[in-house]
Amino acid sequence: MMERLNQRSRSDPYGSRINRTQSPLRAGSVPYLSIMLGSLLPVLLIADVMPLVPPLGFLVLLAWRLMRPGLLPLWAGAPLGAFDDLVSGQPFGSAVLLWSLAMIAIELIEARFPWRGFWQDWFTAALAAALYWVAALMLSGAPVTPELLVVALPQALLSVLIYPILVRMVASLDRFRLARARRIE
Amino acid sequence: MAPPSSRRSGFSKKAQFSVFTGYLLAGVGALAGFGLLLLSLWQPSAFAPLRGAAGDVVAPAGEVTAAARTGSNDLFDGVAAYFRAGSQNAALREEVEIARIRLAEAEAVEAENRRLMALLELREGQTKAVATARLVGSTATSGRRLAFLGVGRNDGVVPGMPVTSQRGVIGRVLETGRNSARVLLLTDSESVLPVRRAKDDVVAFAEGRGNGLLRVRLVNLGINPLKPGDMMVTSGAGGYYRPGVAVAVISEITPDGGIARLVAEPSATNFVAVEPIFEPAAVAALKSPREPLDEADATPPQAAPTPSDQASE
Repeated sequence: MMERLNQRSRSDPYGSRINRTQSPLRAGSVPYLSIMLGSLLPVLLIADVMPLVPPLGFLVLLAWRLMRPGLLPLWAGAPLGAFDDLVSGQPFGSAVLLWSLAMIAIELIEARFPWRGFWQDWFTAALAAALYWVAALMLSGAPVTPELLVVALPQALLSVLIYPILVRMVASLDRFRLARARRIE
Repeated sequence: MAPPSSRRSGFSKKAQFSVFTGYLLAGVGALAGFGLLLLSLWQPSAFAPLRGAAGDVVAPAGEVTAAARTGSNDLFDGVAAYFRAGSQNAALREEVEIARIRLAEAEAVEAENRRLMALLELREGQTKAVATARLVGSTATSGRRLAFLGVGRNDGVVPGMPVTSQRGVIGRVLETGRNSARVLLLTDSESVLPVRRAKDDVVAFAEGRGNGLLRVRLVNLGINPLKPGDMMVTSGAGGYYRPGVAVAVISEITPDGGIARLVAEPSATNFVAVEPIFEPAAVAALKSPREPLDEADATPPQAAPTPSDQASE
């Protein structure tokens, strides 16, 4: 009996290529579920002093959009933003508006600069996150005072710095999404 | 990485239409969002039922993390106390702190009693809490400071009820779901609370500044009688909060009052009590539409000013 030299010679990063296929349900749902989870996670923290946590839902959306262009439809910002508005404490409609605008803006940027790299993506995400931070504060219904801006500044900084980590997490989620999990009988 | 070539529409009419439709839908989504935003800034409670339903879904998960949070708080306290002087030390210190607050509150009650007895010879009974629950979450990403409670309409909680911990006032119920409620914390910049100094009757308004501190503005301007370390308690004006509950300690003096630190920090509480509205008749009277106050009163709770708003503006 012949031994195989390399046990993984018939598989790729998404799993064995024989007798396995991707699950359409998983491939379609993982991006949306992860973005919704990103909206939900900050709710579980008690932040009584200041806006503490970066807007994770928006950042995960950005990461998916920049890492996998074309996966999320252009209009996906509206329904996902509506879900975010229900739990984020912002007036209903603010994320619907801002997330839709962000999706359109990134689409236009992509049409203008089709070849992009990590650094440019990070720059785009940082710009979007900073603009989102300002817009969300202005639309929150609270008066924007210098004190509020000062205590919210760490949130802006965190949202810019967390992007590379989120992109790695989204990349591993993407591998999970495309893993050949379904067995073909 | 370049966008996949399948997204270039080329001469395919179908592809061109699908790109066009994508832009159209996204634009419609943005416009709808703008409309919804205007609506919810104009009528803040318009989407309260939806938010209530979402809160009901999130609350059970929040219960777990709330339990974990208090557990870890206790753990850290225990370790810290062991390194200092045994776990008793921590417990005793906490007790002394609460006793100090209680003492200040007792002073307030005493002053209140004296005044009432002088006027009417009235007595007040201890109020009974409507419900007791954990704070299960908060709006940690937003500029607004709202918290979620694990009880709602089914437990008899209605908007306007004050929420207190064993140390003092936490905030006021803003919206209710079936099994969850939103609480407007004192630190929110839309929150205004009528207070007075515990040891005498210097009345003021405590407004949230949005940065974790309260701004205390005196009603009677003149020589500022406040000093750092003064305890401010609720005055009972407006009818929402019963008088004499600890709110904040003055830490800094400003020309028109002071900057105060919270006595009851929501993140450090375990269980909170939802109390009935102190004087429902007074609240109802202020909410009933009348000509001069009509506009501000008719708006729903989020923007709906407590009586104090009217007085302060």
